[in-house]
Amino acid sequence: MLKLENCRILNGGYAVEANLEIRTGSCTAVIGPSGAGKSTLVEAIAGFLPLTRGEIRWQGADMAGQPPGKRPVAMLFQDGNLFPHLSAAQNVGLGLRASLRLSDADWQKVEAALTRVGLSGMGARKPAALSGGQQSRVALARVLVQGRDILLLDEPFAALGPALKAEMLDLVAELARESGATVLMVSHEPADARRIADQVVLVAEGRAHPPQPTTELLDNPPPALKAYLG
Amino acid sequence: MAERAQPIRATAGIGAALLVAALILGTLAAVALRAETGSGLATSDWSALRFTLTQASLSALLSVGLAIPVARALARRRFAGRRLLIALLGAPFILPVIVAILGLLAVFGRAGWLSVLLGLFGLEPVQIYGLHGVVLAHVFFNLPLATRLILQGWQEIPAERFRLAAQLDAGPLAMWRLLEVPMLRRVAPGALAVVFAICLSSFAVALTLGGGPRATTIELAIYQAFRFDFDLGRAALLSGLQLVLTGAAALVALRVSTGEGFGAGLDRAVQRWDGKSTLARGLDAGWILLAAAFLLLPLAAIVLAGLPGLATLKGSVWQAAGNSVLVAALSTALLLVLALPMAAAAAAGRGRLAELSGILGLAASPLVIGTGLFIVIYPFASPFALALPVTALVNAVMALPFAMRILAPRAQEVLGRYGRLSLSLDMRGWHFVRHVYLPRMRAQTGFAAGLAAALSMGDLGVVALFADPEFATLPLQIYRLMGAYRMEAAAAAALLLLALSMGAFWILDRGGRWHAET
Repeated sequence: MLKLENCRILNGGYAVEANLEIRTGSCTAVIGPSGAGKSTLVEAIAGFLPLTRGEIRWQGADMAGQPPGKRPVAMLFQDGNLFPHLSAAQNVGLGLRASLRLSDADWQKVEAALTRVGLSGMGARKPAALSGGQQSRVALARVLVQGRDILLLDEPFAALGPALKAEMLDLVAELARESGATVLMVSHEPADARRIADQVVLVAEGRAHPPQPTTELLDNPPPALKAYLG
Repeated sequence: MAERAQPIRATAGIGAALLVAALILGTLAAVALRAETGSGLATSDWSALRFTLTQASLSALLSVGLAIPVARALARRRFAGRRLLIALLGAPFILPVIVAILGLLAVFGRAGWLSVLLGLFGLEPVQIYGLHGVVLAHVFFNLPLATRLILQGWQEIPAERFRLAAQLDAGPLAMWRLLEVPMLRRVAPGALAVVFAICLSSFAVALTLGGGPRATTIELAIYQAFRFDFDLGRAALLSGLQLVLTGAAALVALRVSTGEGFGAGLDRAVQRWDGKSTLARGLDAGWILLAAAFLLLPLAAIVLAGLPGLATLKGSVWQAAGNSVLVAALSTALLLVLALPMAAAAAAGRGRLAELSGILGLAASPLVIGTGLFIVIYPFASPFALALPVTALVNAVMALPFAMRILAPRAQEVLGRYGRLSLSLDMRGWHFVRHVYLPRMRAQTGFAAGLAAALSMGDLGVVALFADPEFATLPLQIYRLMGAYRMEAAAAAALLLLALSMGAFWILDRGGRWHAET
């Protein structure tokens, strides 16, 4: 269980409050108007923004004070998820060891992860030699080898076309099912939520609301969501 | 607001900045302690102050005054070679002063091309030594810089404004009043202040073209007090005066300057509808040709004068060249060791640091640091034995402000783009530096290293203070050859120095961008 207890997150000029629980192994979409604080919420869970109040607990343990790299969290950002000067395999390898001092067994894990996301034999390529979809797959392969309990997606596929984006979301859902990871995904597209999320957290007017089943919420939106959906 | 966590600590950078500050302020303190209280400034010192201010004012006014029509012509004309010419405007920055002086002498000197030309009409040869020679050399170096700064201002006028002006059928005068005067009022003071500040601490130009009681800058007076009279107290007093002067000028320059003049995008010509008349075209072409000739003729003269003697260069010149390469390599390494952590610290939220080092670096005068180091070293060891490392160190500190302007924005970009990803991968400290920071900074590091190497290679400043007759860098050796009236050997050595400086810049800058993924 991921528990945000009475949290208040300050990001520059505005604050977001959250008091909610996310079930282990669930896939949750975080939806709301732009500027409402969707990214602020996931950044606080990832440890990039401090809490001014409250606690974030994973399986009962408070995460406060843990630096981002020590939390049970893997995160994909809107852009810049790969280092352009490192090969695909090295980019994945960073998920195992940030020093990149990898054993043969480690490299085999990297190759297996690349194979799992459909990039068998492409490990030596630099990101510039890969398509946008393939770059996303490399980032997902890294998430795979990281083996963290929680996966946070801050709209990493926003730049992809609709078909490719759907393909990536399906791959995320598949990988999460296999590993049992808990997924939180920021999105401004209700269609994304319907595609893979079983529940939705609505962030609006400085508040992150407790999750509700996706179809139920989107079919009968409350006023704040209705204003956003139009 | 709480500061964002960063994958890199500012500690190393703060340490480097403190080291630089300690060097600049420590040498200043050493100088100040030596300065005799109450002795006051002699008449000759006051005239040095007057000359310094006069030549810097004239140089700034002439450079900026001439740069305005040249920049205007470059801004509104397109022609073959425009790109190359604009790139060339950046070259004097890394051109060794002594090389330019020899080139200027070959064109404007007593036996130079201009005098020969005047002689054909029965006119007197021109006189280059003294105030006008110093100003001429300063305009040679700073006209290109001022042109780039002002050109930047022209480029920043939005294209829509020109369309609007064309729509209103604005004539040249209206265009000038509506668009160009407001821009110049914003940009020109900055350019004036920058050129003025640069010319205040002129040493090599005054050493070669000035001199005598009527054409001595304060920097030169420090050198003379030191070298000829070994009057440390007076050198110290003059150093204090120089520091107040350059410090104030640097503060003003930083306050009023807008761009740094080596920004990208200067080769874009804006579509304009004015200046189509034959007269305007002719004037623009004239300004561009004049500026190009003024820049290129001295360089051509050096190549022509230097080539014949290149094969017969003596061993002492080659030895000096070897020393120069060593100094440049050491200085570049020192600069990077200081600047890379400082850029990272500035990007990690210590922006003030970069600003401080900029002010200190611009205000610091190599001769003052040199004097201070001499005073500090003197009781313990022979300063002359340390000429090479001291020169390298001072050169590195002088290149620091420029390196920071190149490195700090990129470091900010790298941390902004990859900081969070690296943190989420628990990649911090050395691993981040090795796998992300250094590789992503490579192109800028190469550029900064190239500048530092070229500046150090061509520097004739503190080395003149420290070198004994047995030791010389290539610029110093050229100066000595000039002093012995061996102009052909000096020209050949200058050509060698030109090749070394430009070569070092080219190799390092290219090396940084080689196979660099963006």
